[in-house]
Amino acid sequence: MTDPTLTAAADEQRPPFWRTGAAGWVRTNLFNTWYNAVLTVLILWGAVAVIPPMMDWLILNAVWGDVGPDACREAGAGACWSFIHEKYRLILFGLYPFDEQWRPLVGLVVFIALLGVTMRRQLWGRPLALAWAVGAPAILILMYGGVFGLTYVPNTNWGGLPLTLGLSVVGLVVAFPLGILLALGRRSEMPIVRSLSVVYIELIRGVPLITILFMASVLFPLFLPSGVTIDKLLRAQVGMILFAAAYLAEVVRGGLQAIPKGQYEAADSLGLGYWRKMRLIILPQALRISIPPLVNTFIGFFKDTTLVIIIGLFDLLNSAKTALTDRAWAGFYIEAYLFCAIIYFIFCYSMSRYSQNLEAKLETGHKRRR
Amino acid sequence: MSLSSLDKSPTEEAAPGKAIVQMVGVEKWFGDFHVLKDIDLVVDQGEKIVICGPSGSGKSTMIRCINALEEYQRGRIIVDGVPLTQNLKNIETVRSEVGMVFQQFNLFPHLTVLENLTLAPIWVRKVPKREAEETAMYFLQRVKIPEQAKKYPGQLSGGQQQRVAIARSLCMRPKVMLFDEPTSALDPEMIKEVLEVMIELAQDGMTMLVVTHEMGFARTVANRVIFMDEGRIVEQNAPEAFFNNPKSDRTKLFLSQILAH
Ligand SMILES: Nc1ncnc2c1ncn2[C@@H]1O[C@H](COP(=O)(O)OP(=O)(O)O)[C@@H](O)[C@H]1O
Ligand SMILES: [Mg+2]
Repeated sequence: MTDPTLTAAADEQRPPFWRTGAAGWVRTNLFNTWYNAVLTVLILWGAVAVIPPMMDWLILNAVWGDVGPDACREAGAGACWSFIHEKYRLILFGLYPFDEQWRPLVGLVVFIALLGVTMRRQLWGRPLALAWAVGAPAILILMYGGVFGLTYVPNTNWGGLPLTLGLSVVGLVVAFPLGILLALGRRSEMPIVRSLSVVYIELIRGVPLITILFMASVLFPLFLPSGVTIDKLLRAQVGMILFAAAYLAEVVRGGLQAIPKGQYEAADSLGLGYWRKMRLIILPQALRISIPPLVNTFIGFFKDTTLVIIIGLFDLLNSAKTALTDRAWAGFYIEAYLFCAIIYFIFCYSMSRYSQNLEAKLETGHKRRR
Repeated sequence: MSLSSLDKSPTEEAAPGKAIVQMVGVEKWFGDFHVLKDIDLVVDQGEKIVICGPSGSGKSTMIRCINALEEYQRGRIIVDGVPLTQNLKNIETVRSEVGMVFQQFNLFPHLTVLENLTLAPIWVRKVPKREAEETAMYFLQRVKIPEQAKKYPGQLSGGQQQRVAIARSLCMRPKVMLFDEPTSALDPEMIKEVLEVMIELAQDGMTMLVVTHEMGFARTVANRVIFMDEGRIVEQNAPEAFFNNPKSDRTKLFLSQILAH
């Protein structure tokens, strides 16, 4: 049955083994040119040099569980995860009263759940609006208390992750429409509207967020009639909104500029009018192509919330710093920052993945044209 | 209102009917550039007008003035009794009654074909969605692509896109249709399918102003052919007379160039 000449012929027709399978992949992707080969070897060497000691420190030699700081200070001890074990509630919830921390936890879970549901566009509709209408006040009641037998917790005691998430999500939700209006204003044919938008955007972009937060906190109250006070958290929130709106405006303007004139003319020629034209034709396209820079801005903004420390609010990162001020646990800052980094990463990466998903969904094939 | 000032426009060849577009002494500048010079044009209901002329002669600018995509600085334009002035309300009224088909189709790429067709009826005419969709399907049938309703414009050929664009305008039940070189961006084999749709539309009595160099189309449907050069209407006549018996030298030159290839 096996005719040697036949199998040889069949072999001839098959690609040689080093061009297929794993060997083929390695050859075409890692060693296809001499410099690629050098790079591959260098990276492999680097990985071998770095990864095992890192694993030792992170996991094998790490100190886990409910043990005191002394265990972490022994020679050869790795990461001190017992520091996180001891302090995670302070880091996550800041100065919120210890016994009441289930409240921000529940609030956080509800908030994230609502956000998660909102991300699915097919679920948009009246029930979702209702869920927010019930959920948002419920979260505030949980956080503030003072009713239903919950003790009152002033928002000066709020902190940690709920603060970071709340400030950034509320900030972006309000700043986004403002930014769109500013972008439209900057391209308006009305000179006054245009100049006002330009001045606003350039002024706000021209100064650091810290300055704006500082001004919101110190200068803002000076303009208010005496006796009227706005609390610190609200001032910070307003400052962040004003700041984010300017940046988002420029991102949206970039998208608007990419929309061909013909789209405006087609909408005009159907008699749509300015606002309908923008809402139904121009903005959906402009925002879609702006998704990558928008998400970039969102992520930057999310991380910038930590600057609220300037007016004495303790977000996630600043709560972690507070945890480090405990003398007994002094010095474990790598663990503290790693812990925060992981939390930040989870949120930022989710945002990034979601946006990629959204982009793919909104793709309607018009890029293929010509 | 006295129309005596319009009498100098030669409308004798046109079918008798009410004037639907009136341009009187229209002048337009782009900065210092005088792009439209003393344009007088009266279009009667049901009339089909083909506008030709060398590139840059102001053909697009002229028809774009009729739905206020361009402003003009002197003269008057009245569309179906509504004067086109700075008044935004008038402009939107006129736009909703005048359909426009562009060289580059300008479909909305983020909407399906059906949504492209129903958008303006729903939002401008306040037609219920159901009814708008029925109308849309009717016109998609008229332009012979009902099976493409759920697709996005980016998935269609140029000829199909232009037919969708025509249907989109028709869904607004316009009184006048403007076409600005509707077949110039198309491959030769697609030009025919678009022209066929336009000819059927003309036979149905639609008032049409068509900028095109498709002289076969002009011969088939036009009541009048207008020749423009350097911002002026140089000559206008019924197609037979226009092609067989051009009066001005510039028209002759243009026709010889156009018909040469
Ligand atoms: N927005 C504009 N700004 C300045 N000049 C323009 C503009 N649009 C058209 N033009 C000029 O006006 C002239 C007529 O243009 P157009 O009406 O498009 O000509 P046609 O359609 O006959 O080729 C051309 O010289 C063109 O360069
Ligand atoms: Mg043109």
